[in-house]
Amino acid sequence: MSQHIDTEIKLLKDNVLELMFLVKNQLEKGQRALDNFDEELAHEIMANEKRVDSLELTIDRDCEELLALHNPVAVDLRFVMAAFKINSDLERVGDHANSIAKYIVDFGRQIDDKTFESMRLKEMYDTSIKMMSNVFNAFITEDTELARKVFKLDKTLNKINRETSKVTAKLIKEDVEQTQNYLYLFSIIRKLERVGDLTKNIAEELIFYMEAKVLKHKKRNSNNNGN
Amino acid sequence: MESETKSPKATQEKTEPKMDSKSQNYKLHAKNIDVFYDDFKAINNISLGILEKSITAFIGPSGCGKSTFLRLFNRMNDYIDGFSMNGNILLDDKNIYDPDLKVEELRKTVGMVFQKPNPFPKSIYENVAYGLRIQGIKDEDFIEERVITSLKQATLFSEIEDNLDKSALSLSGGQQQRLCIARALAVKPSVLLMDEPTSALDPISSGKIEDLVHELKKDYTIVIVTHNMQQAGRVSDNTAFLYMGSLIEYGDTQKIFTNPEKDRTQNYITGRFG
Repeated sequence: MSQHIDTEIKLLKDNVLELMFLVKNQLEKGQRALDNFDEELAHEIMANEKRVDSLELTIDRDCEELLALHNPVAVDLRFVMAAFKINSDLERVGDHANSIAKYIVDFGRQIDDKTFESMRLKEMYDTSIKMMSNVFNAFITEDTELARKVFKLDKTLNKINRETSKVTAKLIKEDVEQTQNYLYLFSIIRKLERVGDLTKNIAEELIFYMEAKVLKHKKRNSNNNGN
Repeated sequence: MESETKSPKATQEKTEPKMDSKSQNYKLHAKNIDVFYDDFKAINNISLGILEKSITAFIGPSGCGKSTFLRLFNRMNDYIDGFSMNGNILLDDKNIYDPDLKVEELRKTVGMVFQKPNPFPKSIYENVAYGLRIQGIKDEDFIEERVITSLKQATLFSEIEDNLDKSALSLSGGQQQRLCIARALAVKPSVLLMDEPTSALDPISSGKIEDLVHELKKDYTIVIVTHNMQQAGRVSDNTAFLYMGSLIEYGDTQKIFTNPEKDRTQNYITGRFG
């Protein structure tokens, strides 16, 4: 029995890692598509959304089977619980990547460098992708210190997000005709902020699995890494 | 070689459940117990307190000493050739191995249910009445009242109330086990020892015994040996994990089954050894 549950848990971990890798790729492609106004790449992201959904269902089923057939306890139970929640978080990150791709298609033209810079889109994307890379590597290496680094990065996203409404209002005042486009970009910032929140949740789930510590809903000060 | 504690997040060892360690808080208190069968040391310096009206599960691989340890509480090991022990076992703060203590009196207080149902080849009624009769009780009204109450407590009465004169051997395995529990309850013990009470039963019968154990907790202190991890998790308040005659970990069941302190406990309950 023990070897069997090990096999099932490894399979579940492989599937979650595959979904994490796929979602990270979706974010990276989203950044490239926005940078280069690459509509083809945006369509590719939208097509890949089906793979995200399909993997999510597979992982749901893996978790259900593990719980029903193996009655996991202790670290195994924490792993299955964490995998189940991470799965849901990743699927939602995938949804945001997909929505951003749709904006790119709807947006219809390249964003000028000045707008890109003033809305801090590059920083937002770089940070959210770095967060996803951190949780991916933290999961592979079972490194909770790396997972904790995500909390600080999330604060960067939150800060940019808070400032975006002022920046957007200023840009609209300067060029009213571009209002709809600025609102699209404003939405992208909002979605990347949500991606940050979801990635932070994933980091918390990894810490729960590895250390049996519940960090959810705990306030952290600016220098706190989540301990 | 397994490490003593889980790294890197292990905290201090927890070998006592919730309350403080004053013996007066415990219904049963084993202190520094060693058990030998001739030269073989079956139990190695175990100390453990069991709270009144709680359910405590002993888990561990075959041969770890859990049944030996359980049987100490009503001196069932006394008859085994080569048995000897060190240490004290206190029941309500009195040493049950005191030479002046009568074992028959002890067993009125500490009842036992075994792995395999073992009804006597008598009627259902006489099985439950047996303990009272050997105590010399002759008042038939009193006996009848106690038999019915015990069968009700064991959640068997409604199934057999019109067949009390039928042979106990005609009952199903699950019914026989509940009859044995009723027989143990009839003499009004305060402690009930159960040695793998459901291992010979189907899931429905096992479920009924588990429900019964839960119900009995209101009035009895229950100690249960089980190989079924899920059962230990479902029914007990505290769990003790024994391995090779030693107590590895003892504490709150919820904690043991979600985040045990010791690697060896984790490896056992997750099925990775044992």
